[in-house]
Parts: sequence; structure tokens; C-alpha cells
Amino acid sequence: MTDAALSGPHVQADELDSPARRARRRLFKRKAAVFGLIVLTMFIFVAVLAPLIVPYDPIATSWSLVRKPPTAAHWFGTDELGRDILSRIVYGARASLLAGLISVAIALGIGVPLGLLAGYRGGFVDALISRITDAMLACPFLILAIALAAFLGPSLGNAMIAIGISATPVFIRLTRGQVLSVKAEDYVEAARALGNPPWRIAFSHILPNILPALLVQATLSIAAAIIAEAALSFLGLGQQPPAPSWGSMLNAAQRFLTQAPWMAIWPGLAIFLVVLSLNLLGDGLRDALDPRQR
Amino acid sequence: MLNFLARRLAQIVPTLFFVSVLIFSLQQLLPGDPALVMAGEERDPNVIEQIRHQYRLDRPVPVQYAYWIKGVLSGDFGESLRNKMPVRELIAQKLPVTLQLGSMAIIIAFLIGIPAGIIAAVKKGTAWDYGANFFALWGISTPNFWLGIMLIFLFSIELGWLPASGYVPLTENWRASLAATIMPAFVLGNAIAAVLMRHTRSAMLQVLESDYVRTARAKGLSERTVILKHAMRNALTPIITLGALELGTLLSGAVLTEQIFSIPGFGKLIVDAVFNRDYAVVQGVVLVTATIYITLNLVADVAYILVNPRLRG
Repeated sequence: MTDAALSGPHVQADELDSPARRARRRLFKRKAAVFGLIVLTMFIFVAVLAPLIVPYDPIATSWSLVRKPPTAAHWFGTDELGRDILSRIVYGARASLLAGLISVAIALGIGVPLGLLAGYRGGFVDALISRITDAMLACPFLILAIALAAFLGPSLGNAMIAIGISATPVFIRLTRGQVLSVKAEDYVEAARALGNPPWRIAFSHILPNILPALLVQATLSIAAAIIAEAALSFLGLGQQPPAPSWGSMLNAAQRFLTQAPWMAIWPGLAIFLVVLSLNLLGDGLRDALDPRQR
Repeated sequence: MLNFLARRLAQIVPTLFFVSVLIFSLQQLLPGDPALVMAGEERDPNVIEQIRHQYRLDRPVPVQYAYWIKGVLSGDFGESLRNKMPVRELIAQKLPVTLQLGSMAIIIAFLIGIPAGIIAAVKKGTAWDYGANFFALWGISTPNFWLGIMLIFLFSIELGWLPASGYVPLTENWRASLAATIMPAFVLGNAIAAVLMRHTRSAMLQVLESDYVRTARAKGLSERTVILKHAMRNALTPIITLGALELGTLLSGAVLTEQIFSIPGFGKLIVDAVFNRDYAVVQGVVLVTATIYITLNLVADVAYILVNPRLRG
């Protein structure tokens, strides 16, 4: 009996562990990522259960309650039209999280197939897609989103489309790079030798192997998309009044900064917490999914 | 080197072409008749017909593009619908303001980000390191428009130290100019400082484990000399070029920062243009932004090769 034989079963248990389970275990070991996950889950609950949680109607105005500082009845105070800020923050979570999710879903939906195509096919198709990606990346993210939102017209839906399109090139480039690095692997060669059509190789053999990288990027992109939605709404290009959004609340807050500073604190804090938790989660996922860090 | 430069330049041409197509096609996104949208409040059919003719909206799209790009190549971006000024002049007027703001932001970012990154790497695992990492996370996660509003509240409204908004050209009164731009520059630089800190930290950590740093230490040099003379120089080379790549963050950030502090720069120009439905200005600003970005990327690539002798071929 050698040492190696003795430690054999132990090593094997770790090897038999599925990659997903191993990644999950490593993710939960990171305090920062767990903190991010908890805060994020809280916000998701708040957004989903908004109608059940809010103490007041988020768009009901009241002239007797204009710009009142936080009290026991209105924890976060009231805004320039006498609306309850807490209720508006809760409903604002819906707009923000939805915008983050949908715009990144759009970016994934366009970016991943194009990246797969460019990486797998190569040649002219690759050159064309890559140059278009370069062109889009040359326009700063928010400026491109603002320009798109301006031409599409102001609304939350259009803001999501604008942000989604602006976030697409990152996913094209990432997917393409990942495809190039796994294309030459033996299992792809084997799938090809078996006569699988290219689209099936791309979707069933290559895609699952690049999912971890996409997941990390998607998490960080949702954070960026939430900031971008807040920015567009701040400028009046996103959620339209009277529907609440954290960005437009900050816009109103700036106008009443001298009289009602509390109006500026809560929406900013909400954006900060959501974005922070997504960034923490993204960083944690990157470390947990990195195969070099077993 | 020449070969590399030629190859990079050859790559830029198609990229710029696609940028121009992309920006031109924004116009096609306008819902309904673009002439009607451009006319805004104006409902006089003659005026609308004139707009249609002036912008060649009555011609096929590729022809419209050909005319547009021909103008752009000779420096003619069209004219602002709002105040009838050539877009080129508007941009030339606003760009220096944003350049001043951006340069100050970059200086602030380097002054905070690099020392913080070095300290975090040298004192890895200590409270200093955690503090710097927390600062970086805070910088990346704080929406800069919120930071701007909070700073205005603190320094302008509560303390009354700095003006809440407005701009004074540097040439007119440099003190007033700096007072008006220091807050927005900090807001802009903050996020970049965070990115720089993270990169500096990881570059320093890598260098500190290298053989030549071990040799320097073995020679009996003081830790100070080892870090400042041997480690830092090598770690910072890639960081300098990273500064150029953060330009996109800078320009995106300038849009909101200038809006909040009412600074008449590039960012305010595009926002005002968006609200005035001044589409030629929007297109001009995006095109110039993209061109600056592409050019700076090229400069960064070349600089990287120049400072890194191993890459010179």
C-alpha cells in the first residue's frame, strides 16, 4: 500500500463531484459573494412582491405631504408631489432589475449566436462580424445607449433595447474568443468526426463549455445595465413619469437638493447596493468557475 | 514596428467605415417619417418638404449615406437644427471643456489609483489591502451621478466651499476654473481610480514574485528601493496604457457629470441635442467620440510597444 493508493478514494470523490456542484461549493466559501447573493435575493423578493410590501400607492400624490422628511409613517420621507419614497423605491426595484435582466438577455440573445458563428466559421463571416463588433466597441457604452434611446424614443422598453444593443459587442467578442480556444479541443474534433452538423457542434458541444465565462460576464453586465438604465431614466430617456424609477427619482432629487436632501439618498443607495452585490457576485463567480483554481 | 503600424492602420479603416455606417443608420431607427420628426413642432408642409430635400430623405438610403459620408470626410457634419450652427463648430467649442475635465479626472485617477494599488499589493492581506479593495468596489459600484449629487449637497449646500454648477474657462480665471471643475473631475476620476487600483495591485503582486525582485532583495537593497525602483517601474508600464483604454468610461461618465454640474462640454452637448431632437449633432458627437477612442487605442498600442523592448520586432 502506497501513500498514493491510500489517498486515492479521497481524490476520486472530488473528481466525481460535478463541476457545477464544485463551483457552487467554492462560491459559498466566499463571504463577499454570499453577501452579494443575499442582498440581491432581497431586492428580487422586494421587486416581485412589490404590491404586497408597499405601504402606500407609489404614484398617489398628496399636497399636504409635499417634501416631508422621514417619519414613522413615511420611513424614507415624501417627494416633491407628496408621494411616499419607500413605496417608489420598492416599485423602482422592478424597473431596475427588469431593465438589467432584459437588456442583458437581449445582448446574450444577439451576441452569443453571432460570436459562435464568427468563431466557428472563421473567414469572411468572422472578419465582418469582428469589424462590426470593433465599430460598436469604439462608441462608449453609455453614449451609444443614449444615442440609440434618443432615436428610438424615450420609454423603459426602448431604454432596455438601447442598453441591450450597446452591451452586445462584449458578448460577441467574448463568445468568439472562447469558441476559438475550445474549437481545437479533442471533444469538438470527435463531434465533428462523428458527422454532427456545425450548428449542433456549436450549440451542444461548444456552448456548454463556454457557459461559465458567459455567466460571469452576464452578471457584471447586469450591473452595468442597471446603472445605464438609471442614467437614461435620470436623463428622461427611460422610465416615464409618473411610474417610479431610481434614475428619475434622482433627477427630481437634484432639483430639490436644498429643501429635501433625503430624496437623493435612497434611490442612489438602492442603485449602489444592487450594483455592488452584482459586482461581488460576479467576482465570486469568476473565482469559483475558474478551472485553474481547483 | 513599421509593419505593425501599417497592419493596425489597415485595421482601423474598416472599423471606422462600420462606425460611420452604424451612426448613419441610427437615423433609420426614427419612428415614422424622419422629416416629420426633424421638423418637430413645425407642421408647415413646405418646411417639411424642404427638410426632406435638404437632408436628401427623398433619395435611397445608400445615396443618403454617400452624401453624408462625403460631407463627414471633408469635416462637414451638417448643421444643428436648433441654432443653425455647423456641428463641427459646436463640437470644436465644447471639446476643450471636456478635455480639461477629462485630463483632471485622469490625473486624479492616477494619483489615487496607483498609490492605492501599490500599497494594497505591498501590504497584501492587511487592513490597508482590504481598505483599498473596498474603495475599488465602492468606486465601481457607485453611480457617478449619485456621487455628484451627494458631493454638491456636502460641499456646495452644506459647507459652501465649492460652486454647485457652472464653468469658467481655464484661461479666464484659473482659480475659479479649478474650483468649478474639481468636484466633477473627482466624480469622473473616481471610477477610473478604482479600475486602475485593481490593475496596479495585480500587476504589482505579479512583479513582486518575480526573480529580479528576489535578486534585488537578496542584494540587500532596502525594501523601499526594491519597490520603488525595481518593482514599480515594471508593473506600471501596462497600467499607463490602460489609462487610454479607460477613455470610454471617461466620455460616458462625462455625459452625466456635465449634466449634473451644468458644465457646457461634450456630454452636455449630446444630451441637449437629444432633447432638442438635433440628430445631426448626436451623430456628430458619437462619430467624433468613436474616432478619438480608436485613435487613442492605436496610440496606446504603439506606446506599449515602444516602452516594452521585448515586443519590438
